[in-house]
Amino acid sequence: MSVGIKINHAVKAYGDNVVIPDLSLEVQDGEFFTLLGPSGCGKTTLLRMIAGFNSIEGGDFYFGDKRINDLDPAKRNIGMVFQNYAIFPHLTVEKNVQFGLKNRKISKEDMERDTKQFMDLMHITEYKDRMPERLSGGQQQRVALARALVIKPDVLLMDEPLSNLDAKLRVEMRTVIKQIQREVGITNVYVTHDQEEAMSVSDRIAVMNLGEIQHIGKPKDIYQRPANLFVASFIGRTNLVNAKLVMKDGQAHLCFADGYSLVMDNILPEEMHDQDVIVAVRPEEVVINNEEGIHGKVDDSVFLGLNTHYYILSDQVHCIHTEDKDDDRFELIQESMIDEIIPNGSEVRLKIKKEKVNVFTADGSKNIVKGVKNDKYLYGND
Amino acid sequence: MKNENKKPVQKQKRNYDSWLIVTIILLVFYGFFMLYPMFALVKQSFTDKETGVVSMVNYMEFFNNKSNVLALQHSFSVSFWVTVFSLLLGVPLAYFTTCYKIRGSKLIRILIILSSMSPPFVGAFSWVVFAGNNGILTRFMEDTFGINMPSIYGFNGIVLVMTLGFLSLVYLYVSGALKNVDNSLIEASANLGTSGIRRFMKVIIPLIMPTILASALMVFMRAFADFGTPVFIGKGYQVFTVLIYDQYSGEMSQNKAYAAALSVIAIIITTIVFLVQKWANTKFEFTMNALHPVEQKKAKPLQSFLMHFYCYFITFLAFLPQMYVLYSSFQKTSESGLVFKKGYSLNSYKYVLEAYSDTIWNTIKIAVSALLLVVLVSVVCAYLVVRRRNIFNQTLDIMTMMPYIIPGSVVGVALIVTFNKSVLGLPVMTGGPFIMIIALIIRRSPYTIRSSVAILQQIPRTIEEASISLGASKAKTFFTVTLPMMLNGVVSGAILSWVSIITELSTAIYLFTYRTRTMTISVYELVTKGSYGYASAMASILTVFTVISLVLYMVVTKGEGSGTA
Repeated sequence: MSVGIKINHAVKAYGDNVVIPDLSLEVQDGEFFTLLGPSGCGKTTLLRMIAGFNSIEGGDFYFGDKRINDLDPAKRNIGMVFQNYAIFPHLTVEKNVQFGLKNRKISKEDMERDTKQFMDLMHITEYKDRMPERLSGGQQQRVALARALVIKPDVLLMDEPLSNLDAKLRVEMRTVIKQIQREVGITNVYVTHDQEEAMSVSDRIAVMNLGEIQHIGKPKDIYQRPANLFVASFIGRTNLVNAKLVMKDGQAHLCFADGYSLVMDNILPEEMHDQDVIVAVRPEEVVINNEEGIHGKVDDSVFLGLNTHYYILSDQVHCIHTEDKDDDRFELIQESMIDEIIPNGSEVRLKIKKEKVNVFTADGSKNIVKGVKNDKYLYGND
Repeated sequence: MKNENKKPVQKQKRNYDSWLIVTIILLVFYGFFMLYPMFALVKQSFTDKETGVVSMVNYMEFFNNKSNVLALQHSFSVSFWVTVFSLLLGVPLAYFTTCYKIRGSKLIRILIILSSMSPPFVGAFSWVVFAGNNGILTRFMEDTFGINMPSIYGFNGIVLVMTLGFLSLVYLYVSGALKNVDNSLIEASANLGTSGIRRFMKVIIPLIMPTILASALMVFMRAFADFGTPVFIGKGYQVFTVLIYDQYSGEMSQNKAYAAALSVIAIIITTIVFLVQKWANTKFEFTMNALHPVEQKKAKPLQSFLMHFYCYFITFLAFLPQMYVLYSSFQKTSESGLVFKKGYSLNSYKYVLEAYSDTIWNTIKIAVSALLLVVLVSVVCAYLVVRRRNIFNQTLDIMTMMPYIIPGSVVGVALIVTFNKSVLGLPVMTGGPFIMIIALIIRRSPYTIRSSVAILQQIPRTIEEASISLGASKAKTFFTVTLPMMLNGVVSGAILSWVSIITELSTAIYLFTYRTRTMTISVYELVTKGSYGYASAMASILTVFTVISLVLYMVVTKGEGSGTA
C-alpha cells in the first residue's frame, strides 16, 4: 500500500555541524518526487533520514498518518535502491529478489509468484540463477529495482540510482524507472544531482542547496520561472547579466549597460521601483538579428546538427561568472539554418525574448517576475 | 521514577541496540583477562616482596645485577641483528623472484611460506641436531676434514636460526609490495638513465619503504619475544625471555615480583620500538596502485646465474633444518631415545604416539576451541570497529590491539600470577585448558582483527542497509549478509591463525600443566631430556599439520596467499 510522506521541520546535525536546519515538505501518494541539488546540499542525508539510516535530530516524519521517527528501519516497509545497487554478491539474482520476502510471513507459493512477477516485470527472469558479478551494471540495477519493489513497500527511495551507468544506459534506465513507477503506482522519492534526469522523470522536483529547499514545483515551472538565482543557474544553462530596473511613466524598463532597454509588463507590483537587478537569459531566449538588442560580436560557433551554438562577446554587457559558466561571453542557441553559419567576428545584435526571461533582485534571492509557483511555502518553510 | 527515566532512553534508542551488549561483553572480557592481569603485573613489579609496600626495589635489584642488564642487551642486539640480516637477505630474494625470471619461483614461494609457518623453535632444535656438538654436519666436517666447526650455540646460533626463520616474513611482505609497484615507474627510471643496482636503491627501495619498515617491526618484535630459539640454542647466552622464565620457574631463585618487573621493562621496550616505527612510517606515506604490474625480466646470463644461486641457496638454508628433522625422525634410536643408531625405523613415531598421544589431542582440542573463539571475537570486533564507530568500540579497538606489542612470555606471566588464585570469588582458572585458550585468544586476535577489518572495509555499507530496508533485523543482516561476504577472507585468516596457535610455545610454557601439555611443549620436554629422535618425530607430526593447513590455505585463497595475516 503506497502512502504519502510528510516531513515537518526536520533537523539534521552532526555534533555542532547543522546540515539541515529546518526543512518541511510533503510528497503525495503515488507521486514521483525528486530531491535535486549539488553535492553536499543534504539531499542524500534527507533521504537516509526517511529510510532510517541517519538519526533525526529534530522534526517529525510521517508515512501517511504514522509517525516513523523512532521506527526501526527494518520495519518502515520501504524499498530502497542504492547508488552502487548494493546487490548481495553471494546470492543469485532470484535469491536477491526473494531476500525481502523471506523476512515476511508469507507462504512459499506467494513468495515464488511475487518473485517471478517482479523478475518478469524487470526482464531479468532469464538471469535468475546467475551470480551478480556476471551481470552488467544495467542488469544489476534491474535486480535492485525488482528486489526493492517485490516487498510492496509503502514508499520507494532511490539514491542516485543511475550515476554509475554509462550515458546511454542512463537514458534507457530512466525511462524504465519512470514506467515501472507508474505501473506500480508507488510513492517515489528520488535523489539526483543531474537536473536533466530530474526533469525527465519527476512529477515534482525539490531543488535544494545548503540544507534548505529553494524551490518545489513541476519541472516546467522550475525551469521557466525559477524561484531564485540559484535555481535559475542550477537548472539548465543560463546567461546572467547585470541590469537596472527603471520606472518611467508607470512602466518598468529593463536597461542594459549599452543602452538597450525593454519594457517589462510582468514585474510583481511590490517590486515596481528603481533597483539593480540580475537578468537570467537562457540560450534559447535570445534571437540574433541586425536591428535591435545588445551589441555584440560572434566569437565562436559550434554546429551540433539540430541546433547551432553561438558565443557572443559584448563590450559593455558581460555575463556573470558562475560555477557552471566561467566566461563572460553570451551563449545562445539557434535552430540550424540551411544558409551559412554566421562567421566569427560578425557584428550582431541580441534581441531578448522579454516574456521568457527572469529578473532577480540584486542579491539573487527572489524572482521579481510574475508567475513563480513555489510549493515550498505550502509546507511551512520560511 | 522509573517511568520518568524511560523517555530519554526511548529517544536515543538507536544507540542502544543489541550490539551494545556485545561491546560490553567484549570490553569486560578484555578488561578482565588482559587489562587486569597487566595492571596486576605492574603493581607486583612495584611491590617489595618482603614488606609488601610500594617500592622500586625490584627495578633497583634488576639494574644492579649486571647479568640481568646483559640479558636485556642480548635480547636487544639479537633482535637488531636478526632484523638487519632478515632485511638484507629477504629483500633481494623478494626482488629477484618478483622482478626477474627465476626458475621455480613458485616452489621457492611455497617453501618460504612453509618455513614462515613452522614454529621458530623447530628451526632452533633442528640446527642443534644438524650442527650442534654432536650434529651430523659437525661430525662430518671433523671426521672428513678435521675442521672444528664454530659453535652453533650462543649469539651466532640464535641470529642464524632467527634470521632464516624470519626472512620469510620479509620476503612475503616485500614481494607483496613489489607487485604493487607500477612497471611504468621502472620504465621511467630507465628512461631517465637509472638502472641496475642504482635503480634498486634509488627507486625500488624508497617505493617499498613503508613495507620494509612494517616487516622490520614485525621481525624485531618476534625476535625480541621469541622464547623457543634462545632456550634451545642459546646455552649460556641469556636473553630476557629466558630470564623471565628462569626467574618465574627457577626452583632455586623463584621471584615473581622480579619477573614482573622484567616484563614491564620488556613492554616498555617493545612499545618504544612500535612508536618509532609508526613515526618512521609517517615519513613514507603514499599509496600505490599498479595499473601495469612489474614484468619479470630475463637477466643477463651471469647475473641470472648468480640470482638463481642466491635464491636457491637461501631457500635451501631456510628449509634445510626441517628436512633434517624429518630425516632424523626416521632414524633408529637407542631404547631411551637419547642416541641415534644406524638404520631407519618408525620407532620414534611409535613411541611418541604411545607416550604422547594425549598431547596431540590436547593440541587439537585447545587449538580448535581457541581458533573458533578467535574467529568469533575477531569478526565481531572488526564489525564493531568498522560499522559501529563510537567511543566504546574505539576503546575496544585499542584494547584488542595491545597484545600486539606485548611479548607472549609477558602475557603468560601476567595470566599465571593473576589467576593462580581466586579472583573476585571466581574459581581458580589456571591449571586447565581454559586459561590457555584465553591466552591464545588474546594473543592471536590482533592479527585476525586487522585482517577482518581490512575485508570489512571493502564491503560497501549500503549492502547491509539494503538488507535492513528489506526488513531483515540487524542480527539477521549480520549473519546472512555480512558474514557470508567476509567468509573467504576470514577462513584464510583463520588457517594462518590455526598454524600459529598449534605452534605456540612462549605463553603456553607458563600455563600448561601435566594434563594440558601440547605438542610444542612435548617437543620442548623431549629436547630438554635429550631425546632428539622422539623430539624429531613429534616436530615432524607438527610440520605435517602445518603443511596440511598450508595446502588448505592455498586452496581457499586460490594460490594468492600473501601469508601476512
